[in-house]
Order: sequence, then C-alpha cells, then structure tokens
Amino acid sequence: MAELHLKSYRFRAEREDDWRRLETLLAKVGKGSAKALSDEELLAMPVLYRQALSSLSVARATSLDQNLVDYLESLSTRAYFFVYGTRSSLVERLGGFFANEWPSAAKALWRETLFSFLLTQAGVAAAYFLTLHDPDWFSAFVPGDLANGRGPSASAEAMRATLYHKGGDNSGLSVFAAFLFTHNSGVAIFAFALGFAFCLPTAMLMAYNGCMLGAFLAAFGMKGLGFEAGGWLAIHGVTEIGAVILAGAAGLRIGWTLAFPGDLSRPAAMAQAGRQSATLMAGVVVMLFCAGILEGVGRQVIQNDFARYGIALVTLVLWPTYLYLPRRAKAVP
Amino acid sequence: MKPWGKKAKAAAAVLPGGPPPGDAPRDRSLVTPEGVDLRLRLGDGGERATALMIDLAIMLGVLIAFTLLTLLAFVGSRGKGGEVIATVWMLVFFVLRNLYFILFELTPGAATPGKRAMGLRVAARNGGRLTADAIFARNAMREIELYLPMGFLIVNGGQVGAWISLAGLAWCGVFLLFPLFNRDRLRVGDLVAGTWVVKAPTRKLVPDLVQSSRPSHGRFVFTQAHLDAYGVKELHVLEDVLRRYETKTVALVAARIRLKIGWKASPDESDGDFLAAYYAGLRGRLESRLLLGKRRKDKHDKS
Repeated sequence: MAELHLKSYRFRAEREDDWRRLETLLAKVGKGSAKALSDEELLAMPVLYRQALSSLSVARATSLDQNLVDYLESLSTRAYFFVYGTRSSLVERLGGFFANEWPSAAKALWRETLFSFLLTQAGVAAAYFLTLHDPDWFSAFVPGDLANGRGPSASAEAMRATLYHKGGDNSGLSVFAAFLFTHNSGVAIFAFALGFAFCLPTAMLMAYNGCMLGAFLAAFGMKGLGFEAGGWLAIHGVTEIGAVILAGAAGLRIGWTLAFPGDLSRPAAMAQAGRQSATLMAGVVVMLFCAGILEGVGRQVIQNDFARYGIALVTLVLWPTYLYLPRRAKAVP
Repeated sequence: MKPWGKKAKAAAAVLPGGPPPGDAPRDRSLVTPEGVDLRLRLGDGGERATALMIDLAIMLGVLIAFTLLTLLAFVGSRGKGGEVIATVWMLVFFVLRNLYFILFELTPGAATPGKRAMGLRVAARNGGRLTADAIFARNAMREIELYLPMGFLIVNGGQVGAWISLAGLAWCGVFLLFPLFNRDRLRVGDLVAGTWVVKAPTRKLVPDLVQSSRPSHGRFVFTQAHLDAYGVKELHVLEDVLRRYETKTVALVAARIRLKIGWKASPDESDGDFLAAYYAGLRGRLESRLLLGKRRKDKHDKS
C-alpha cells in the first residue's frame, strides 16, 4: 500500500478541511460583501489565509500533484486580495473624500490649476479683443449650434431676450439641468483624459474654452449688455468654469508627469499623479453637478441681475474657501 | 476589525522590473507580507478584449431595455411625465457610460461582470490596496481609449474630410492598442492608475489521483529502474492524461510507457489501472527524492 505512505497525500488529507472552509468563506464574500461574514468567520479568515499560504509553500516544496498546487495558489491569491483588500464602507470613503482627499488633491495641484486658469484667461482676453475689433471672429470661436442665434449680427433686443427666461413656465428645467450636468462632465473627463497626450490637447481645450467665453462676452458687450450677460454667465459659470479649470489642471498634471517623471520611475510617478488627479476629477464631477443645477434651474428661475451676481459671489467665495483654506492635518494613527 | 491589514502596504511588494520568475512570460511575482510568492498571472490581450466586449454588450443591452421602458412609461403617462422620464433617462445613461466600470470594480471582487466571466480582476501594481482613486483614474481614461475611437467610428465623415477622420482614428488606435505594446499588458488607464489586470481564477480541488486509484493497486509492483524512467514534467503530463481520461490517449500513453520501461503486460490488465498505478509509484519516487532536495525536472535530467 505505497500510496498511504505518500507524504503529499497525508499532507493533503490533514489540511483539506481548512482549505474547504476558507473556500466557502471566500465564496460567501464573493456573493455579498464583507458583511456577509459573522464576527467569528471574519476572525477566522486571516488564520485560514495564513494556513493556506503555508500549505502552499509546503506543497510547492514537497508535492508533485499539479492540481493541488494550482488550487492552493488560486485559493491563497483570492484570500490575499480579501485579507489585504479595502474593507472600508462606502460612507467612510465618501466622508474621507469630502473631508480630506479632494481638498488636499486640489492643493497639491495648485501649480497646474494656476496654469490652466491663466490659459483660460488668455483665451478670454484674446477672443474678447479680437471679436471687439472684428465681429467676424465670433463665428470662428463659437460653433453655430452653440451660438443659437446669438452673435454680433443679432439685434440687441434679441440678444437681451436670450438672457432672460420668458414667462412663468418652469417645465423642463430638470431635464435641462441633467443634460448640462452629463454633457459637461463628459467634456471635463475628456479634457482630463486628453492630458495623457503630453498636455497639449488639454492646454488647447482650456484656451479654446476661454476663447468661446471671451467671444460671447464681446458679442454682448458690443450691444451694451455686458453687465446683464455677466450675471447670466456668472451664476453658474463660476462653478462650471472653475470645474473645467480643475479638470484641465488634472489633465496637465498627468501629461507633465508623463514627460517629466522626476525622482520616481516613470510608471511609479504616473501612478501617483494619476491617483491624485483622479481624486480631483471626482471632485470636478461633483462641482459640475452643482453647476448643472445652478444653470438649469437657478438661472431660469432667478431673473434679477443682482440676485444672479449675489449667487455668483457666494460660489466664488465658497469653492476656494472649501478647497484651499488650510485645515488641521488628519491625525496620524 | 483589521489587525492584519496595517502593514500590508509597506510589506507586500512586487519585485520591481527584473525577469519574470516562472517559465511563462506572463507570470509576475507578488510576495505577500508573509513572504510567500503568489506568482500572479497577467490577463492576456484576448481575455481582456473579450471581457470588454461582454461589458459593452451588457451596457448596450441595459441601455436598450431601459430606453424601451422609458418609452413605455412615456406612452403610458400620455406624455405628462415626460420631464421626469427624460431626466431619469439622461442620468441613467450617464451612470452607465461613466460609472459602470467604476462601481463594479469598487466591489470586493474588483471586476466587472465581463472580467469576472473571464476570471480576471484588477489589482494594484505595487501589491498594496486597490484604492477608489486608482479605480476612478483607470476608468476615466477610457474616455480617450474607448469612447473617443468609438466616436470616430460613428461620426459620419461628411463634416470633416476622410483623411482627417482616418488620422484621428490612427491617433486613437495608439491608445486602443497600447496594451499590446508593453510587457505588463497595461492600458493607458492602468499606467495612470498604477494597476494591472491579473487572473484570479476559481479552481476546484479535485480528488487526489493517488486516492481515487487505490483499489487496483496491489497488482503492480514497479522496480526502482522502472520508476527512474521519467521526471516531474512527464509526471504532470501523466496527471493531465489521467484527469481527462480520454480512452484513446490513455491507451496510447500506456503503450508508450510500457515500451519505455520494458513492462510486460498481463493479458487482463487495463490501461487505466496500469497508468494510475504507475502514476502513484512515480510520484512516490519523485517526491521522496524531492524531500532529499533533488527535483528531477524531466526524463533527460540525470541528477
């Protein structure tokens, strides 16, 4: 009966129950969440995991049963990802994001944010003066479907009408808000992702975004509607343009790191920059959600210029305060 | 509730660079804090592409089903609930497009349904935790890797010249095919997020062959010389043959082994029993030598 003396067979027979138990626990986790396990099972998990790992080491050294070694490798890997994986709840994660991660990511990317802001400013200034000088530039900066009848050739009355919402009918506002939010978020994520191509497309997008803004302002300015147009734009624009500038900053950080990784190796530097700017991007989506509501609902309901400017001022104070005000460092455990 | 999680990041480490440890070029070592190398295997291009196709099909299916549902609701409400329905539709579309991958990869399995079907999962390249920001980063990059090329395919060439469309498509192709041109099969998103996609298959523990072949054993007695004919590699092939148990192959292999070791078959001996017994004998012999520190790689290994 040689087979009974096979050490690898006895080894397996002695430990198989523990492996099976670990497998059942992992299957349970796979179906639900970590909450599917009772306290007792949760405590047993790391013990079973270490047993499986040590079994794997022994099996690799002494057993020639290929199936057994493969099984233990797969089991240990799955258990490893559970034991050393993330287990904080969604609420904890969200809390940490708003309290800490988002503002600190914004602070860490201040240089890119400044650059992105300046690019937008340059675009605004260039388009503003060009359009003032020669109204034909308007159509070069603003695509026809976005201009929607506005432009240097339209009458002042028609232009004024576009700034204010007619009548008391407020239907369709939530659709408008949802459309703005999804559309703008798509554009922002796109601007971020484009940063990977060594910053250039993102930088161009930022400048172009500024150009559209400048051309719009110039078109209204020429008709003497500058103040009113400012209110129409600023109520949501502070939040929205701020978000787009931050998205550009995140993209610039990625492209810059790809080109100049600094002290770290390129993949490591990329990973670090990517995670940081992704955090900022998640924040950008939140900002765009607010902007969508302000634009889609707030702007249509509020028709008074001063009220519009008031809201714009509040957002102008709130966002930078939230993002950049120094706060107490998180207590290190 | 996580006494064992504290030191994970510092201690777990993938050896940077260096040649892959195993024979296969897709094996990567991942040393756990306990000091055991788990030998991860990267998902290959085909598996990843298939997983993506499955995910896209699911997304498309859900979108179509949901659109039909909203149309029904719209008709049912006689156009009154149009505003709410349109809002909900737009938000659902947004969630599907931008959050489908993120939400699924945030689950403990760290895999979308497509990846799960292919036995894949996302893991952090440094062996540490897979954080939410990494998942967000790797999926935000899909915008240029996936949606932009798709956009180029769908857009009609009437507005821009064919050459511009083609140039755009080529430029997108760089991102789309990026995984095929690096050692670790990283997407742009993986590069940016510091992640990679590894195989995490669920394997079944099947009964040990030595156990299942026990009854017929006593009849076969092999000498040392018989058992010294083969090494570990051949043992594993034999294990494979026995586990599949295709009658033709079993007969062929049995004939081959009998010839090699000069075994005279008795008339009523079955090929399967012979192979099972030889497997047990060979494994016992090789394992006892293994305990003494000698791993005989294959039949040419004379040590």
